[in-house]
Amino acid sequence: MKAKIKLKSRVSTNRDFQLLILSLPVLLYVFVFCYLPMAGIVVAFEDYRYDKGVFGSELIGFRNFEFFFKSDSAFTVTFNTLAYNLAFIVVGTLLSISVALLLNEVKNKTAIKIYQTSMFLPYFFSWVVVAFIVYAFISPSYGMANSFISSLGIDTSNLYFSPPIWPFILLFVGEWKYLGYSVIINYTVLMGIDSSYYEAAEVDGASKLQRAWHISVPFLVPITVIQIIMAVGRIFSSDFGLFYQVTRDSSMLYSVTDVIDTYIFRAIMNPSNSDVGMGAAIGLFQSLVGFILVIITNTIVSKVNKEAALY
Amino acid sequence: MKPNSIHKSIINIFFIILSLMFIIPIISIISISLTNENDILEFGYSVIPRSIDTIAYEYIFKNPKQIIDSYKVTILISVVGTVLSTLFMLMCSYTLARKGFRYKRILSFYLFFTLLFNGGLIPSYILTAKYLNLRDTIWVLILSGLVNVWYIFILRTFIQGIPESIIESALIDGASEYRIFSALIIPLSTPAIATIGLLNLFGYWNNWMTALLYIQNKELYPLQYLLQKIMMDIQAVIANMDKLPREVIEEMDIPSETTRMALAVVTAGPMLFIMPFFQKYFIRGMTVGSIKG
Repeated sequence: MKAKIKLKSRVSTNRDFQLLILSLPVLLYVFVFCYLPMAGIVVAFEDYRYDKGVFGSELIGFRNFEFFFKSDSAFTVTFNTLAYNLAFIVVGTLLSISVALLLNEVKNKTAIKIYQTSMFLPYFFSWVVVAFIVYAFISPSYGMANSFISSLGIDTSNLYFSPPIWPFILLFVGEWKYLGYSVIINYTVLMGIDSSYYEAAEVDGASKLQRAWHISVPFLVPITVIQIIMAVGRIFSSDFGLFYQVTRDSSMLYSVTDVIDTYIFRAIMNPSNSDVGMGAAIGLFQSLVGFILVIITNTIVSKVNKEAALY
Repeated sequence: MKPNSIHKSIINIFFIILSLMFIIPIISIISISLTNENDILEFGYSVIPRSIDTIAYEYIFKNPKQIIDSYKVTILISVVGTVLSTLFMLMCSYTLARKGFRYKRILSFYLFFTLLFNGGLIPSYILTAKYLNLRDTIWVLILSGLVNVWYIFILRTFIQGIPESIIESALIDGASEYRIFSALIIPLSTPAIATIGLLNLFGYWNNWMTALLYIQNKELYPLQYLLQKIMMDIQAVIANMDKLPREVIEEMDIPSETTRMALAVVTAGPMLFIMPFFQKYFIRGMTVGSIKG
């Protein structure tokens, strides 16, 4: 009788080798572009000079960190970064869940498709193009939204130079770009819920609102929690495109639009006074804190509900 | 009217308004690009053009060298990047999905860890620009984003859905892993390949960050970066307008408002066009990924 090769048993070493070869391109790439840069973390502790390179520059301990934390901008950019991220997490979650729940009430299949496609459109444009769209609305002389904004009592002669309205603009534009994406994910989960749950609840006299809250929402919890955990891990980072492109990098707006990532970017791109060491220090700070936060949040979540955790 | 119908109408109205909020801005760009310049100077931008004028597009294609260069670069990196990326990632996902592979767990962790922690922008920049010497090369545009660990996990989940018996019979026949991959896995994974391939394509097409960091050579400007550069240059000029002598201003060939919008349409156009057709693949890919890859 021919021996049946069971997949569950260990494969031969020859096969292991073949499989390693298959995964080699990815493994190499990740090594070079993800792990090697981790070694570059040492730059955070150096007075980095371009000509001396990573290994030639002088080590200066925590001075880069001190320099950043004592600077005037440190507080502003950190505050901005955290504030925007928290706003996005809260508003984003509320909006995407509510809209998904509402979409679940629409019965006409064509209508659903149209609504989904429209919401999804901005996701496919780069931030450069979105910045153009925003410009079309609020450009000083020609903007389409200017008459509306003026009626709110806000000066439209040069919105790119006046801070107060910008947090709302950025929050709105950020949501505009990603709402379709989040709604589709939530909606797909909702689609998978067995209709018998709803029918049973209706028979028991539950209103639409109650049915949504007690049936739909719990199903959405695992995926929402994962997204929040990931977002917490990125809480000191930002979507660079939003804060750099849409604002046209206008320096007048920095007090409300400058975030850590744009600050670092300018620090390294500044041709006359490039402070690479400090940029690296802040980058390390972001990654490290993000990492620790993910671990903490995930641990808390898995204590509460193992299924909902990231890993 | 029954309460149900009122309920339904309200919801539909809500969504119609919501959808318009997405569609109108996009249509505006197109219509502005087709508007007569004088109408804009007089009335400002509007959603519907008062008179149609294709002069902006004529202007762009009259001096097409930069646009053609950028289109060439963008198409090249998008196609090469997408093919290589999807292939390499699929190969790796197969090994991660392969039961009995000795290094499965450790390699999975090796990849997963990079999702939690990274070295930051500066070390990557120093590595790429200085040590790998990739500035102003086409390779940096292709290599950036070649591997995306999320997609690898999505593909892995997909491959895990392929019935074991198929692989088993190939093993009995003595097929090598390479053969199993090329003759079985690839054909069986076409939906996943389509999804991830499209996501990759879209990523490459819209990428402007890499060029911003590493590209100075005009001939290598991808479309999105070209668009951005033009906008930034105009900003700089306008900001300093009052300091420049009149003669200089008149000399300069500043693209008009409509031309800029036309450029945006030309840049975003292809993706916008592709999107509705492949929407269902995109959706499928994302939902699998987000429900724990």
